[in-house]
Amino acid sequence: MDIEAVISGIGERNSRAIARAISLVEEGNPGAERVLSSLDPPSVEKAMVAGITGAPGAGKSTLTDKLISHCRGLGKRVGVIGVDPSSPLTGGAIHGDRVRMMQHALDEEVVIRSMATRGRLGGLCASAGAAARIMAASGCDPVIIETVGVGQSEMDIIRIADVTALVSAPGLGDDIQALKAGLLEVADLMVVNKADKPGADMLSMELKEAVGDREGRVLETVASKGEGIAELFRAITDVFGKNVNSGERDRRRCEARRAEVVDWSLEMLRPHLQRMAQGEEVLSGDPRNRARAIVQSLLPPEDR
Amino acid sequence: MAKHPQYKEWEEKTLGKALQKMPERKAEFKTVGGLQLPRLALPKEIDAEYIQKLGFPGEYPFTRGVQPSMYRSRLWTMRQYAGFSTAAETNKRYRYLLEQGQTGLSVAFDLPTQIGYDSDHQMSRGEVGKVGVAIDSLADMEVLFDQIPLGEVSTSMTINSPAAVLLAMYVALGEKQGVDREKMRGTLQNDVLKEYVARGTFIYPPRPSLRIITDIFEWCGQNTPSFNTISISGYHIREAGSTAVQEVAFTLANGISYVQAALEAGLDVDVFGKRLSFFFGATTDIMEEVAKFRAARRMWASIMRDRFQAQNPRSWMLRFHTQTAGHTLTAQQIDNNVVRVTLQALSAVLGGTQSLHTNSKDEALTLPTEESVRTALRTQQVIAHESGVPDSIDPLGGSYLLEELTDRIESEAWELMQKIEDMGGVIPAIEQGFIQRHIDDAAYTYQQEVENKERIMVGVNEFKSQEEVKVPLLRIDPEVERAQVAQVQKVRSERDEQEVERSLAALREAAQGEDNLMPPILEAVKQYATIGEICDVMREVFGIHEE
Amino acid sequence: MAEEKRIRRVLIGKPGLDGHDRGAKVIARALRDSGFEVIYTGIRRTPEQIAAAAVQEDVDAVGLSLLSGAHMELFPEVVEHLKQRGAGDIPVIGGGIIPEEDVRALKEKGIRKVFTPGTSIQEIADAFRELEPEGA
Repeated sequence: MDIEAVISGIGERNSRAIARAISLVEEGNPGAERVLSSLDPPSVEKAMVAGITGAPGAGKSTLTDKLISHCRGLGKRVGVIGVDPSSPLTGGAIHGDRVRMMQHALDEEVVIRSMATRGRLGGLCASAGAAARIMAASGCDPVIIETVGVGQSEMDIIRIADVTALVSAPGLGDDIQALKAGLLEVADLMVVNKADKPGADMLSMELKEAVGDREGRVLETVASKGEGIAELFRAITDVFGKNVNSGERDRRRCEARRAEVVDWSLEMLRPHLQRMAQGEEVLSGDPRNRARAIVQSLLPPEDR
Repeated sequence: MAKHPQYKEWEEKTLGKALQKMPERKAEFKTVGGLQLPRLALPKEIDAEYIQKLGFPGEYPFTRGVQPSMYRSRLWTMRQYAGFSTAAETNKRYRYLLEQGQTGLSVAFDLPTQIGYDSDHQMSRGEVGKVGVAIDSLADMEVLFDQIPLGEVSTSMTINSPAAVLLAMYVALGEKQGVDREKMRGTLQNDVLKEYVARGTFIYPPRPSLRIITDIFEWCGQNTPSFNTISISGYHIREAGSTAVQEVAFTLANGISYVQAALEAGLDVDVFGKRLSFFFGATTDIMEEVAKFRAARRMWASIMRDRFQAQNPRSWMLRFHTQTAGHTLTAQQIDNNVVRVTLQALSAVLGGTQSLHTNSKDEALTLPTEESVRTALRTQQVIAHESGVPDSIDPLGGSYLLEELTDRIESEAWELMQKIEDMGGVIPAIEQGFIQRHIDDAAYTYQQEVENKERIMVGVNEFKSQEEVKVPLLRIDPEVERAQVAQVQKVRSERDEQEVERSLAALREAAQGEDNLMPPILEAVKQYATIGEICDVMREVFGIHEE
Repeated sequence: MAEEKRIRRVLIGKPGLDGHDRGAKVIARALRDSGFEVIYTGIRRTPEQIAAAAVQEDVDAVGLSLLSGAHMELFPEVVEHLKQRGAGDIPVIGGGIIPEEDVRALKEKGIRKVFTPGTSIQEIADAFRELEPEGA
């Protein structure tokens, strides 16, 4: 599929074109830039990007699956980006969450894409952000990004979401302190899934206590039975709407885009830096001083 | 040597009573060389530890076997699983096997039947008659058992999610043949929990599935008391890649779930408890397998007696069927499989199995030929009649190695079961993927060991020969599917549609309420409602399970 | 410095009703450990679902596993549905208990490679690595 076909296919909601476009970005293909500059700005602007994160076993993919169904019921076209960690040893990854979303496989209005972290700390954020915009440009609204809530790369993902829901469940041994220390602060909503299980009330209470009294930030769902899904989606869109009006959405997007710019820049510089780091002096000088010299040489004179 | 008082008591009471009912096969059992074999070899000193851990056959904790005289009175049931393409073809194979001296029938159903789809359902395409026989309605059942008197055979049916439907068809057919319900003997696999982790033929979510199962327990208790209402299966868990310890732990944990569900439904543990049966795999690792069977018996006895307070010793007994492990068969040098199956079958007999299926050597490649099925059956007959192994009870009992392995499997399995209990039982453990993860990890480790030759597989990664693996052609004629589709459509066109709808409405009502599901299902099959129609009613009410 | 190798994406699917997923899961993990990104569909999928997922995930290859014997019906349907979605270039590999006559017939119907029982995981991983898109 050539670049022109990819570009025109995105607007035509062609699955193959959308998928190819995301791959071009992921692979760092030069064609990606033309694709990305062709995306329809109003569609990208308007689409809500929702982040769903949480510990393994909390039921994120079932919840996402039910959110898809709910949005489809509302007549919305949905994009889903499922993120899984790459093995640091081999670079490989298994995307098993797709299993829970196969019922939507034949629905042309549901675009699902699995992405692996590929060992790039910020790089994934950049790829996933671009993927979300490609989906948005093809008419997806919302775009849901689902990711395991542990580790740096997940925190990066949260940056690119307009609204983030943190999913937990009773009986997982979730330490509330650990949640508090990290994701609790950045999550807009806290979801207690499997709310029909013993311990759910306790968990809700603890979370409500931990986040203070802000009304409606803690929600209960039973994703396996579809309970609480409509309420959750409403809460997500409410936060989004409020943030649009207050300018918070734009502020977050600015911050995320700036971070993306830095990530992309570093990604693009990487091959040059690798080339510049070659040479015999490697063993003679201290690496940090060598780096300083390389960076200095790249900077314009006034910034050195 | 003076007899230990407890031994004397066993001999007089437990054994004496058993022998009255079923005398031993021979007046005396001798080795080939003429030495007389003891019925039960014992340690020189019978101490408290011996009584506690091993005891006597037919008595708690049943480590040495569930019957007092074991195979000296009656050999295990030789039961070869068979079923393919059409009911008529399968019927022919059954009659051949009965003529060859097989003593029980075992039905393999095709996948649409196992998942409750009619042969003309969209998902059935390509699968009709492939891994077993297609049964859409009572009409097919009539052909399957043509000229086979249901009062005289015991029939095992590998059916899980739609077990109630197939049981109903079997009972309805029995009635047509004029057989008393009480005389109908057989086993339903009916073990849905393992489908979610190992075999994949689930239909409904776990909780309504448990309700169907307890309804079967209850109905059979009152109507077909000689039917084993469930065969709690470790076999498929093992085939999916688990270790022996995991097989025991997950199977017994499933067993506990069924008992709990039945108790919650208000059933009497001593009524359904003695109809529970088990099903395990046997690999080539003889000592571990024998230890596994003994450990499982000891554990189940304690679970039923101490945890569930069953009073009838028959409820404490873990009676089991064994199948030799299909995953150990190799496509390379297939004759080697006969040797593997022999060792595996031996381990099952040494471990005290109640019935046994021996795989055919070509089973990894194709539906077995008549010849290879016969060799598999002969393997059992050689063990039964030539090896001498069945002539003395628990012949390896007391081996230092075996007893140590038995203890270790028991303690490790308890540990794993405790973890499941801590998660709130099997259903939460399935929902969180705990059981699946353990099985997948074990399967992957096994495969890696084969790949890097830490585990030698003869003919596969060592001792190879220059032969090409050729899968023989035994294609099920696509005509089978077309004919079966035509057959089910014919059945639908010839029956009384009003009666069918009335019976399905009654089933829907029962499903929505709390009445036992068996009577309306029985009524529906008698009206020639199809398996797909009956399961659809329950899908509507109960929902479906997604992996 | 050696050029960085492109990461390959594969989809492992189980069409039909067969629930024996040990092989499919072992292969998925083995491919992951050989550096692939693997999308696993789970059991009991239709050929059309598998093809649609493969397109959305933009995979380099599709691997199908089926032990029930329905391969002659279901494998070629995956190829057909890929073509219908403009993705006929994505190569499809199949594995299962497949007689030699069927292997030939499947290849004629566009299944690029067919694996029968006894194939080592290494061979399968190598096959996925060496695959090139149709027409490349």
